[in-house]
Amino acid sequence: MKDKSLDPRINRLDMQHVENGVLPTNTHWVTYEVFHQDKRGKQPIHVGVVHAASPELALMFAKEQYARRKATANLWVVKSSDVYTYSPADEDIFETTPEKTFREPGFYKVRDRIEAYKNKI
Amino acid sequence: MENNIAIKELILKMADDALIIGHRNSEWTGIGPVLEEDIAFSSMSQDKIGHAWALYMILQEPFGDIDADTKAFNRTEKEFTCCHLVEYPIGEYDFSIMRHFLMDKAEYHRYDLLTQSSFLPLQHLSKKVKGEIKYHVMHAETWVEQLAKGNEESKARIQSALDYAYPIALSIFEKSDNEEFLKNENIFGGEEALFNLWHEDVKKHIEHYGLKMPSVTDMNKHYGGRKGYHTEHLAPLLKEMTEVFALDPKAEW
Repeated sequence: MKDKSLDPRINRLDMQHVENGVLPTNTHWVTYEVFHQDKRGKQPIHVGVVHAASPELALMFAKEQYARRKATANLWVVKSSDVYTYSPADEDIFETTPEKTFREPGFYKVRDRIEAYKNKI
Repeated sequence: MENNIAIKELILKMADDALIIGHRNSEWTGIGPVLEEDIAFSSMSQDKIGHAWALYMILQEPFGDIDADTKAFNRTEKEFTCCHLVEYPIGEYDFSIMRHFLMDKAEYHRYDLLTQSSFLPLQHLSKKVKGEIKYHVMHAETWVEQLAKGNEESKARIQSALDYAYPIALSIFEKSDNEEFLKNENIFGGEEALFNLWHEDVKKHIEHYGLKMPSVTDMNKHYGGRKGYHTEHLAPLLKEMTEVFALDPKAEW
C-alpha cells in the first residue's frame, strides 16, 4: 500500500481499496439536485448537487453550499434518480430544420395582406 | 458601576464558549467525514467566531474593555470563563456531533431568553444571530436523528456519545454568584431557568429519536470553567490558537 497522502481530502476517499481493484460498496451517499430560489414567488433555479444520506441532510448541506453567499428565500432538493431525462444520444431531436419558417411568427406578414385587401375594396 | 460585573461576566462566558467551540470545531476543516459536511461544519465554526467577536465588542464598547483581538488571543488560561464542554478535543465525529447538539440547544435557548433582555446590546445581538443559531440546531438535530435511526452501529455510537457528553454538558449551566442582579433587572433569567428549558427540549428530542436520556446524579462534576478552572485540554488549545498572534501582538491585520 502506498503511503497516506498529506492531503486529508485524499485520505478521506479511502483510495487503497480502489487501488486494490476492489470498489467499496455502500460507502457513498446518493446525490440530490439542488434548486435555489432567491425571492419568494420566483422560480427555483438548478444550481448543483450535494451528496447526502437523507433529503433532510441534503437540505442542511445545500444551505451551506448554495445559499451561504447570496440572497435566498428557499431551497429545493430532489433525489437525482427522480429526475427523468433524455439520453444525450437523442440530442438531435431538438434540432429544427431551417425550412420550417412557418412555425415562427416572423413568417406571417399579416399587415401586408390586410393592406392589400383594404386596397381592393 | 459595580453591577456591571454581572453583565460583563455573562457576556464574557458566552464569548469564551463561542470562541473555544468555534476553534475546536474548525479542527474538522479538511478532514470532515464528507465534503458537504466539512463545508457546513466549518461554516458554522466561523459563525461561532463571529458571535464571540460581537460579544467581545460589547465588552469593549459600553464597558471600555480591551479590543476583541487582544481579548481573544492575549489572556491566560485562568482568565477564560468557557465551560468544560467546549474544551474537550474533537474526538470521533459522533462526539463532535453530540456536543454540537447539546451546546447549540443551550445557545439557542440562551439567545432566545436574551431577546427579552433589558440590556439592549445583548437584546439586539440575540435578534441578529437567531437565524444562524436556528440553523446550527437544525443541522445538529438532523444528524443526531439520522444516526439514531441509521443502523445498529450508528445508534449505539450516538447513544454512547450522548452518555459521555451529557454530564459534561451540564458544565454550561454553572451558576454565577452575581446572577440575582441579572434576574432582578430582567437582563437574563439565570442558568437554572436556562437549564430547565434546555433539559426539556433535549429530552423531548432524544426520546423522539429512540435514544435514552442518561441519568446524572452529580450536576456539579464538571463545574469550574466559569471561575477559571479548566480541563487539561484548554491550555494546549490556547497555545495553538494564539501562536500566530503571539509572534507579533501589535501587528495590524
